[in-house]
Amino acid sequence: SSGINAEWPLRPGKDIFSVANVPIDWEERDIYPILHPDGKTTIPEDAVASIDKNKIGLKGPMRTAIGKGHVSMNLTIRRTFGLYANVRPAKSVPGVTTPYSDSGVNCVIVRENTEGEYSGIEHTVVPGVVQSVKLITREASQNVAEYAFKYAVDNGRQNVVALHKANVMKMSDGMFLECCREVAKKYPNIGYREMYLDSACLKIVNDPNQFDVMVMPNLYGDIFSDLTAGLIGGLGLAPSGNMGKDGIAIFEAVHGTADDLTDRNAGNPTALLMSALMMLRHMELGSYADKIEKATLETIQEGKIVTGDIGGTATNPEYTAEICRKIREGS
Amino acid sequence: AVVSTQSGHYGRGSMANVPIKPGTKYGGKTTVTLIPGDGVGPEIAESVTTIFRHMSVPIQFETISLNKDNLKDEGAFDAAITSLQRNGVGLKGVLNRSGDFRTHNLELRGNLDMYANVVRCKSIQGVGTRHEGIDLIAIRENTEGEYSGLEHESVSGVVESLKVITEEKSLRIAKFAFDYALEHNRNKVTCIHKANIMKLSDGLFKRCCEEVSKLYPSITFDSQIIDNTCQQLVINPQQFDVMVMPNLYGNLVSNLAAGLVGGAGLVPSKSYGEDIAVFEPGARHTWMEMKGMYVANPIAMVLSSAFMLKHLALHDYGDRIISAIEKVLVKGECRTRDIGGNSTTREMTRAILDEIDVA
Repeated sequence: SSGINAEWPLRPGKDIFSVANVPIDWEERDIYPILHPDGKTTIPEDAVASIDKNKIGLKGPMRTAIGKGHVSMNLTIRRTFGLYANVRPAKSVPGVTTPYSDSGVNCVIVRENTEGEYSGIEHTVVPGVVQSVKLITREASQNVAEYAFKYAVDNGRQNVVALHKANVMKMSDGMFLECCREVAKKYPNIGYREMYLDSACLKIVNDPNQFDVMVMPNLYGDIFSDLTAGLIGGLGLAPSGNMGKDGIAIFEAVHGTADDLTDRNAGNPTALLMSALMMLRHMELGSYADKIEKATLETIQEGKIVTGDIGGTATNPEYTAEICRKIREGS
Repeated sequence: AVVSTQSGHYGRGSMANVPIKPGTKYGGKTTVTLIPGDGVGPEIAESVTTIFRHMSVPIQFETISLNKDNLKDEGAFDAAITSLQRNGVGLKGVLNRSGDFRTHNLELRGNLDMYANVVRCKSIQGVGTRHEGIDLIAIRENTEGEYSGLEHESVSGVVESLKVITEEKSLRIAKFAFDYALEHNRNKVTCIHKANIMKLSDGLFKRCCEEVSKLYPSITFDSQIIDNTCQQLVINPQQFDVMVMPNLYGNLVSNLAAGLVGGAGLVPSKSYGEDIAVFEPGARHTWMEMKGMYVANPIAMVLSSAFMLKHLALHDYGDRIISAIEKVLVKGECRTRDIGGNSTTREMTRAILDEIDVA
């Protein structure tokens, strides 16, 4: 499988995997924007070839500058590999106490990741009037709905709820909902319902338990998955996976590059580690994932050797070393 | 002149910078438009009329019905618009959101140019929630943005939906937010946006807020990306003061924040146009399945009516209602379903009246 852009959170993943004897070889590739004369942005050929060949990837965080004039790197990657469904589970972590630990959170957001409000199509109509285009297509909506239900079945989940604002955006969100309904019919054993996005915001902060798998267009998914990450303790703990065409799957942490962290060793690599575990399970190497997850959760729960963002004083390498130690002792 | 009365939990209720029209007055009573709406709307509106009658509040309601049965009736809708334009003040329950036509909510706002929606979410004594010490004000541009209603299917299976941001309306809502902050002694205004992705539209909104902020040096200004805001709201909501944002983000943030302080049953809101003010529950949900059962919490609606009274300079009546509600919540004996009890709408109304009587 491929590893891309070996930034600070990736090192722990590789170290831990090697201690756990995970049967994976890493092929490392760098990803950076290549700006073409026609204005298009692409990523290096060798990175594309590597992923096309291996299908599975683990990616470090990348930054998007505001107002720099080029298309976001993350968007470019998504388009290059046809990454159409972004999967963000949010599960309460034992040992990380939030106001929502009592109820426990265990939901999954499946976010359409190719279109919607992120079409990048904006123009100034007249000075002082700007239009931004949100694009919803039947095809993309069907694809993400299919994945959501498939995910529910593969992972033993009960319900899928579609979040929308079809009262306001009747045609676009309306079509999204139609596609969800069509797909739902093919999965009679999975419960399906629809909820206004604002109602969902209101309800999830009161009773997160009522939410299982959720499917929604791009922007809502982006916002809502940050919300759910907050419920379990923040982006430092949130994993994600991106499903693409031809069986491509790229896993990454939700968080950004954390440029504000002056000390690189202070960063919490857990989110990327969790993403790596998602990857292992996707590759049906679940037993390795369980072993690593157990060591990680125990370390967090003990609370003695954890990073600053979850209340500890350990550095990234110290935290990683402790997880490795537990794995060695456990096996 | 700035009207200045303190009233416990909520402080001053009137917005001095919105010109208060003399309003329609007959025989000493001010006429106000009342639109109970759909679902539980009529039930919570009944709480208001009951309380007003009991207190002999000098308000005459002009009641207009807007619900899913007369969605297509232009006459009913025009009557609502005319009434609101004439009276300049309205009290609204909850209007139905589904159906084929552009919803009543959107049409009303558009027609009357009700551009500013203000939802104050404050932790309430007596209502246990996961977070304490919240006191934020969500100010939402309510006429453009994602709610333009401009959609078309360019080819079969491909829909384009337009989000419109204008400099004029962005400057207007920014100015409103800073004026509001000044008026209510708030320290900080945060612009919520997604300009990293929507560079032109949200970029324009953010720039307008920045421009306006320079006119108010005594107020701190910063900005935050909407996804981070939602996360911050569930981790550390106490950091927020006044927030100003375009339509959709305002919708999400005000619902989220309302949920944090106790839910749709408790949070009132105020909506302003150039010379019109409408008061209604902050999170607009009809709760259709409970219609007719009288289980809804009337507090959001009754508080909205109290703020309406203060807007009309009827401070004594307004303050007494607010104070009574605070006492009911602190006592905790009467609680509707949404806040953990099983009292009915009418029992809650009775409890509020009892507190008014003994005060």
